[in-house]
Amino acid sequence: MWQNWALSLYNKISQRPGRRRAGSSETAGKPWTEFFIESTIRVLGFSTIGFVLLIFFFLLKEGLPVLWEVSPGNLFGIRWYPTFDIFGTLPLILGSAYVTIAAIAIALPLGVTTAVFIREAAPDWAREILKPLIEVLAGIPSVVLGFFGMHVIAPLVRTTLHVPTGLTAFTGAVLLAYMSLPTIISVAEDALDSVPKSYRDAALAMGATHWQTIWRVIVPAARSGVAVAVMLGMGRAIGETMAVMMVTGNAARMPLSLGSLFMPVRTMTATVAAEMGEVANGSVHYHALFGIGIILFILTFIINILAASAIFKKRQKGGLR
Amino acid sequence: MDRNRVQQIGFALLTLSAIAVVAPILIVIGIILVEGARAISWEFFFSMPYDGMKQGGILPAIVGTLILTVGTAVAAIPVGVAGTIYLAEYAKDTWMTRAIRLAIVNLAGIPSIVYGLFGLGMFVLFLHMGTSILAGVLTLAIMTLPVIISTSEEALRAVPMEFRTVIASLGGTRWQAIRYIVLPEALPGIITGIILGLLRAAGETAPILFTVAAFYLPRLPQSPFDQVMALPYHLYVISTQVPGMPFSVQYGTALVLLILVLSMNVAATVLRSYFRRRRQW
Repeated sequence: MWQNWALSLYNKISQRPGRRRAGSSETAGKPWTEFFIESTIRVLGFSTIGFVLLIFFFLLKEGLPVLWEVSPGNLFGIRWYPTFDIFGTLPLILGSAYVTIAAIAIALPLGVTTAVFIREAAPDWAREILKPLIEVLAGIPSVVLGFFGMHVIAPLVRTTLHVPTGLTAFTGAVLLAYMSLPTIISVAEDALDSVPKSYRDAALAMGATHWQTIWRVIVPAARSGVAVAVMLGMGRAIGETMAVMMVTGNAARMPLSLGSLFMPVRTMTATVAAEMGEVANGSVHYHALFGIGIILFILTFIINILAASAIFKKRQKGGLR
Repeated sequence: MDRNRVQQIGFALLTLSAIAVVAPILIVIGIILVEGARAISWEFFFSMPYDGMKQGGILPAIVGTLILTVGTAVAAIPVGVAGTIYLAEYAKDTWMTRAIRLAIVNLAGIPSIVYGLFGLGMFVLFLHMGTSILAGVLTLAIMTLPVIISTSEEALRAVPMEFRTVIASLGGTRWQAIRYIVLPEALPGIITGIILGLLRAAGETAPILFTVAAFYLPRLPQSPFDQVMALPYHLYVISTQVPGMPFSVQYGTALVLLILVLSMNVAATVLRSYFRRRRQW
């Protein structure tokens, strides 16, 4: 069997010009087609770096002018009224932070317990149902979730909590929580999975119950992996646009109290998406929106670098923990 | 309390939590399915919208999304697959390779709206493509690259090293090993990655907002420099920008988009599990 396979492979290769035939010198090198293909692959391999740089360059090109067009006091003020040339980004930054933190507050306990359930407690059939469903959740377009949030969740929030509008930070946070759950669950699962079996065996041998083993040994051992999961979930939540824009009401106000949770809020992403269509190219407002893009880029860049370096470091020590 | 009792209650809570995660998914799909089914008819799929989009079908949005998805595939697959081959087969562990990996992680994490801004700044304005299919497709392609690369790389790495050494022992070159062994063996995994990437491209709204999407354009595009309507943007428009839009049309549009995306999702899952089972090594 095995020899036949190797032979057919040999025949396939020997018909091609790339094979070094007996007698031809080693230094004759590869035929030019192969050289061409490999060079193309190399160039395209590096292209991803180029794309990141290009994205950053164009954001800077279109966004930096805002720094000398708008005074710093204005730019970091607490009011965003672009029609009156008031470009205070603080309420937008805080709006994004507020919704993201609220989303993580919902998603972290749900995500970690679900990951624990999948890895530790679920029977096989439940796992077979859960994992594909969570993948389906990851694939549902954000605009569909936003649409569902507008039509189903928002009225529910309004009537059950007796608030004037259902389009609140809370509604957005609920949607964002579910949108970041697939990320959090899968990374947390990897983290739990990489805890050495000996930890578990030791805890069980000491007479701990499965439950005690999970929460006092396995989850604490996986905590830095769980932290990575939370970071990646946050990155997802900060950058989410359509769903947030459709359900948070988009009022640019400072969300400073716990009560703001049930009032409209406006995020950076929603501001860009809602206003970019209406501004003149090259206007101050246009530059300001690209400026928000720069902030978003840098924020997610930092989050991803931190998460990636944590993962790289853990990989070297054997597994994400 | 007895610790075994604690464990029982604890596991029950874990189960509840898992149900709290998946039940809403089923509810979302269920409600959109039931409400949207009312709008579904041949006319809804195959005719132009009229009367301020309240009547007629969503043909231009469906065609638009298909064009954007196919266009994204054409632009992203060569770069994505080549990038994957480089990372999995050629790259050594140098700082440059780590930079590439970091770039991929970052591309995956960049918010979709920032891709939209980039597409506007580079393709629409700087390269003078205007608001066009070309600009939208290129923007979406860059966004899908990290998904394609990270999923396909796993598939390439799963091909055992012995397969490559056998080729080398037969006098084959590295490229021949890739061409005749690694790529064919990893093909299902690569296709899965491509589907997952395209699924994201088909469902995204933010990157196409300023690069290609048309608010209302009741005709099919004639050239790559035309605008198109697209399902996600159309859903956004009719649910937030047009007052008095009948619910059935909104839910119908959501359903069509959901079915498109879910069928790609199922295709990817089935393909992956089928080939995982069939694999003999």
